[in-house]
Formats: sequence, structure tokens, C-alpha cells
Amino acid sequence: MTPIVHSPHAHAATSVSQVMATVMLALTPATLFGFWLYGWPAINLWVVSLAVAVLAEAATLKIMARPVRGALFDGSALLTAWLLALSLPPWAPWWLAALGSLFAIVIAKQVFGGLGQNLFNPAMAARVMLLISFPLEMTTWLAPMPITSAAAPGYLQGLAITFAGVTPADAVSSATLLGHVKTDLGRGFGLDQILAGIWQPLDMLWGQRGGSLGETSAVLLLAGGLILIARRVITWHIPLAMLAGVALPALLAHLIAPGHTPGLAYHLLSGGLILGAFFIATDPVSSPNSTGGQLLFGFACGLLTWIIRTWGGYPEGVAFAVMLMNAANPVIDRYFKPRIYGRDRKGAALVPAKEGAK
Amino acid sequence: MKLFKFRGGVHPEGRKDLSAEPPIRSLPLPERLFVPMQQHIGAAAKHQVAVGDHVKKGQLLAAGVGMVSAPVHAPTSGRVIAIGDFPAPHPSGLPVATLTIESDGDDAWLESEPPADPFALSPEEIATRVGAAGIVGLGGAAFPSAVKLNLSRRSEIRTLIMNGGECEPYLTCDDRLMRERAREIVEGIRLIRHATGARVALVGIEDNKPEAIAAMTAAAVGSEVKVVAVPAMYPMGSEKQLIQVLTGQEVPAGGRAADIGVLVHNVGTAYAVQQALCHARPLVSRIVTVSGAAIVAPGNLEVPIGALAADLVHACGGFRETPERLVLGGPMMGTQVTGLQIPIVKGSSGVLALTRKEVEANQPGPCIRCSTCVRACPMGLLPLEMAARIRAGDPAGAVDWGLKDCIACGSCSYVCPSHIPLVHYFNHAKGDLAARERLKMKNEATKKLADERNERMARVVREREEAARQRAARKAAAELANAAAKKAAEKEEVAA
Ligand code: SF4
Ligand code: SF4
Repeated sequence: MTPIVHSPHAHAATSVSQVMATVMLALTPATLFGFWLYGWPAINLWVVSLAVAVLAEAATLKIMARPVRGALFDGSALLTAWLLALSLPPWAPWWLAALGSLFAIVIAKQVFGGLGQNLFNPAMAARVMLLISFPLEMTTWLAPMPITSAAAPGYLQGLAITFAGVTPADAVSSATLLGHVKTDLGRGFGLDQILAGIWQPLDMLWGQRGGSLGETSAVLLLAGGLILIARRVITWHIPLAMLAGVALPALLAHLIAPGHTPGLAYHLLSGGLILGAFFIATDPVSSPNSTGGQLLFGFACGLLTWIIRTWGGYPEGVAFAVMLMNAANPVIDRYFKPRIYGRDRKGAALVPAKEGAK
Repeated sequence: MKLFKFRGGVHPEGRKDLSAEPPIRSLPLPERLFVPMQQHIGAAAKHQVAVGDHVKKGQLLAAGVGMVSAPVHAPTSGRVIAIGDFPAPHPSGLPVATLTIESDGDDAWLESEPPADPFALSPEEIATRVGAAGIVGLGGAAFPSAVKLNLSRRSEIRTLIMNGGECEPYLTCDDRLMRERAREIVEGIRLIRHATGARVALVGIEDNKPEAIAAMTAAAVGSEVKVVAVPAMYPMGSEKQLIQVLTGQEVPAGGRAADIGVLVHNVGTAYAVQQALCHARPLVSRIVTVSGAAIVAPGNLEVPIGALAADLVHACGGFRETPERLVLGGPMMGTQVTGLQIPIVKGSSGVLALTRKEVEANQPGPCIRCSTCVRACPMGLLPLEMAARIRAGDPAGAVDWGLKDCIACGSCSYVCPSHIPLVHYFNHAKGDLAARERLKMKNEATKKLADERNERMARVVREREEAARQRAARKAAAELANAAAKKAAEKEEVAA
């Protein structure tokens, strides 16, 4: 017989590894689609990210003399690396992924104290670090080359692309839509001109476009997000608020200056917004605990994303926006708490209603 | 009827099918019964019999002491063979004063006349009789029912709520009681309503007990008792949450249900009240669920108070396999015990023998701040923040986050994916704080005593000094007078 255990003597069939596994499962459709779209180099990059993350986690745990086994198999390192892989250019060299994983696990996670202690979302911290340090590699995009098409690189060629940096001659480099629009708006072109021919909402929806793995299929990512909500891993508050945070100003700006600011669908379907709203801003560790806080957090993430896209130096702002809000999270948690039963919002005991007051 | 919602809550696996179907059986009368003097919240009862005395079933064994207490009656007829300490149904297993009764096998009741019409009794008289019958809350809290009735008479009670929620998994004792003895329960409810002057009596029953709802509804036809099906959701059977669901009101923090004109009793208590007032039978037995996958034939037993948990398990066919954990009460709030040689008391609702598979003990991991616990808490607390404060050795900090509002329902621990024993932290911290509070009070009392003593000593010294001064002054005055007299005499002599 085991020693005295405190109640409850029953437990829901959940565990941290199960939560992580559900998130990874929800990412799978979009990831597989990305693999199909960008072929072997993308698969290699994904493998490198995950492998390096696990090794880095094991090594740091060992060095810091924390228990290795449980922490290693909770799946959190895999998930971080997976999210990072989804936010890299698919044909990026292997060292970019390795460096990113290393940074995410060692600096952004373990140095802060390990699982549950990190202030920033590790994957986004790594992405931002890479973007600042290696702007060229991080913004070299290729037009999709589905693995089934004749032009797609074979397995060996894929290895050469990822590990030796050999880019085949027939690869078409292509800016992401966000990047393209930003550059041309900067050059003073009108929006109709810029978008003519390249703005294909349906392609954007399904994912036939240049970008990172996780920026491709809005539909599949959305499906994954809905799985997370259905499985109660996340609630709708942060994603919906974040989408609203982008949608409202986009709508407003488009009404005021239709010729110079792109509209609603463009913003919602572009870049990493769906991935960010459902998979990144919802990272439990670095997001608020109360629903009120979550709504504020999500909306602010969205608003900042739109602001950075519109006026910032980079075409895409999801990672920056989420990180900024991560930093604000402790403050939000301080001021947004659920109302306690029998107390008002300020925490004072309720005053019983007098007889006949109803 | 319009129902309201409470926030949070969880859906634990019910496992009620294990024990819900077989009808209530009587436990074969054990040879010996072990009746603790403290089975309720409040002061322990004081025994009124001596070793060797022969007692009848229902005869007073021990009288209540003070304002909050309850008497204890003989659960069967027989001889008192020992008065002494016996392990209590408590995780500590600490001994409590207990009467041991050797049954004479007759199970003969003490003759007593019930009142002709209990509804003709005054509310005070009903409360007195409920108190004299030793009735306590049978939902588990075991608060003396008469005290509750009397307290409530001071505030105006509009709504009487009968708790038939039974939201704890495994437990089916209230369910079976409502199915089989609905008429008696409704009569008991009507008596309690009469005693409180409440306008309405609502019986809240979770909708996963359709048979109980049907039986109670049928029994309540034509009375002022209204049966309401409430959604099955843990902790529906918690007083605060049931009140919120049925009335939309919240009990003010630090207050009582009576503050908002509500009184809550358990359906089992209503049955005991009916037995006491209509049949003059004090509370000497109760229905107990014996369940868990390790039990051969789970079910509900009518058990005399003082029977050992081992007797109950034996009556249910014993163990199918060695249980991983024995629990008294339900799995969400019950206490683990290490053995079965402990007596059933008035507040015991269940004896569970759980297998390894059922308890699913996992090693706790770090908090991933997923706020699943926040979503589950029916009180609107932030369990993760409270736990973080307590782990950092700052229980007072946890109080700032609402520790005192925690009802220890276990919803947060139940859902935590990291398997953090949150409730363990909370109860531990609450215990710590209470101990500190007591120590502070004790220190203050000692300090007051010491201050008084110092004050007394200082006064004595002051008085002594004062007396000495006065003496000295008197002496000086006398000397002065003497000297003056002498001088005067000398002068006179000179003058003469
Ligand atoms: S449920 Fe557990 S892991 Fe999640 S926030 Fe609460 S305490 Fe932390
Ligand atoms: S045990 Fe306390 S903190 Fe946990 S869910 Fe229940 S009331 Fe909330």
C-alpha cells in the first residue's frame, strides 16, 4: 500500500505529454501539406530542428542536474522545434534550423528555468533572433515546387540543398505576398497594380503560395486550431481576439484608404497569422490565465501585428507582436483575475440583497 | 424552472453504475460496534453510561456538550464492554474516545412514543427533537442539524434547498435512498420546511439519476416540495454551487447561506429527521456505498453506526484483488485510510477500494501555466498562483490570491495535466495558517498574562514605595512636630 495520498483520488486522463501530442497532431495536416509543397529540403529542415532540440534539451538538463527522463519525454522540446521549423524558409540551410533550436531550448527555455518558467515563447524568440542575425537567409523564399512535380528536387538533391547550400538552377525565388506588397507600396505603386495577378485569395486559403511551411495553408492550420479548441487544449479567446485585432484595423483602414491599404481577407490569410493565433499566442506558459486577460492579450497581439505589417520595418509582425505581449503578460495576469465566488470584482465580500429587493 | 450556472466545474467519470442497481441491503449485525464520541463538527459528546451497562437500541450513550455538539445513541441493544480510545476514521488514524458495545443479538429498540402529529409541533420543538436525535449533516460535513435549524431561525429563510446532487463519483447512497424511500424523505423535507418557515423547498438532483428524480417527483405530488433536475457536473453537490444553480445568488464570502435567505440540507438528513419525528428513532444507522473495482459485489448497505469498514467490505464479498487505495467518502474529497479496522460514523458516505488502474497515480511535473485549473475552479480562483506562493513558503501570499475561499473540491487537481497535488498544497497551507493563528492567539494571551503580571508587580512595588515614602514622611513630620514641641517647651522654659 502506498503512503497517504491527499484527495482527489481520481484524475482526468490527461498529462503534459498528451497535451503536447495533441498540439503536434493538430499541426500535422498543415505540416504534411508543406512537405508536399516544398519537398525534401523542407522535410530535412524539420528533422534537423527536432533532433537538435531534443539533444539540446537532454544536454542542458544533464548539465543543470535536473531530472532528464520525465522532462525529456513530455514532448515540449519537440513541439517548440516543430513550431520553429514551420516558421523558417523551407529551403533554408540546416545550420539555421540547428541554431534556432539550440537558442530556443537553451536560452529561451532552460535558462529561464525550464518548462513553465519561460517568459517568451521559445520558438518565436528563436525566430526573431534568426531574423535579426541572418536577415538574408531568413527572407529567401522560393515558389512552391510540389514534391510530385517534375522539377522538384529528389532525395539526394534535397540533402544537397539543406546541408550543402546548393540551390538548383530551376528554383524560382519569390517574395512572400506580404513582402512583395510592402516593397511595392514603398515604391509608390497603387494597390490594384501590385495585387493584380498575384492576389489569389483561393490559393492563399489552400496554401499555394510562397512562404514558410507554417504560412502556407490557412485552411489546414485553421482545422488544426479547431481541433485544439475541440480537445480543450486551448479556448477560443486568444485566437479569436487576435484575428479581431488584425481584422478591425484592417477593415477600418481599408474603408478610409482603399487604394493604399490591403483589405480584410488579405490580412487574415497572409503570413503566419493563423498559425500565430492558434498555435503560438496560445502557448500556455507565456499567455494570461484569465479570460479577460486572454482577450486583451489576443487583441493586442493582433493589433501589433497589423501595426508592424503596416508601418514596421519587416513585412510580417506576428513573431514580434507575440513576443512584445509575452513581456506584458505578467502585468496582465496581475490585473486580470477571475471574479471570486461571493465577492465583487475588487475582492470585497458581496452584500446580501435585502428581502424584496428582487 | 430557470436554472443558473456555476463557473468552472469538471466531469469526472461517474462509476456510479458499479453500485447503483442493487437495492439497499442491511448489514448483518456485527458482534461488536465501536461508537466514537466525536462524529460531528463541534465538541465531542460526553458518555452517560458505564462499562457493564446494558443498553437498548436508540438509548442515549453520550450527551452533546456546549452550543455546537450532538448526542450519540446506541446503534443496537447490548452491553457496554469498553470505553476507551480507538482509531478514528481519519487519515491520521489518531485514537478518539469510543464506546464498544457487544451486541446481544436482539437489536431491541428502546420504547418511546412519537408525537401524534409532528406537524403540530412548534419550530423550536422540532429543532429540539432533531438535536436530541443526534442528527448531523449526512452529506459528509456532519454539522449538527439542530444548530443549523436554530441559526437559520434568526435569519429569515425563504428557500429551503435539499441537496440530492451526489456529485461525487462512485457514491450512490443518496440515489438509492431517494429511489427506495422517497415518501419518507419528502415527509422529512416538509418537516424541515415547517421548522424553518421557508416558502419553497427545492430538491436539486443531478440529471444522471432519472429513477431518483421520478421517485421523488411522484412522492412530492401535492406538497410544497419541488423536485428540480440539475445538470450533472462536479461539484454540483457543494452547497455554494447548488445554491447558485437553483437561485442565481451567491453566498457572500465569509458568510452563511442563511445570509441570503437560503438553508441547505442533505436528502439523507431529511430521512433521518422523518425517522426522528414520526417514529421517535434517533440517528443510529445510515446508508453507505461500498464500491470500487477491487470490491467483489459493490452496493449500498444500511449500516449501524460503529460497524467496522471491514464488516462492510466482507458483506460485499470482500476483495477481488488487492486494492491500491482505500478511501472513506468519495474519490474527489474523501480521505485515504490505511486499514479497515475503523468504524463507520454518521458522516461516512462511502467505503471505496480502488485499484491501481482507478487511482492512476502519476508523478507530479512542473506547472506549465496552462490555466486548465483556472477554468475548472468553481470558486473563480487561480490555483496555479496559490500553489506557487505556497511552494515558495508564503501561505500568507496565497491568502491574497483567495486561499480562504477555496472549498477544497479538488476540481483543479483533477484536471491538472502536470498532476500537481494542488489541493494537498491548499489544505496544508490552511492547516499551517490555522496553527499560526492559534499560536499568535496563544502568544497574545501569554503576553497579556505576562503584561498583567508585570503590571501587578509594578503596582506592588509602587505601593510599597509609596507606603515607605508615607512612612518616612510621617516620621519626618512627627520628628518635626517633636522638635517644634521641644523648641516651644524650651521657649516656654526661657520665657518662664
Ligand atoms: S492545471 Fe496544473 S499545470 Fe496547468 S496551470 Fe494549473 S497547476 Fe499549472
Ligand atoms: S480545490 Fe479550491 S482552488 Fe481547487 S478548484 Fe476547488 S475551490 Fe478551486
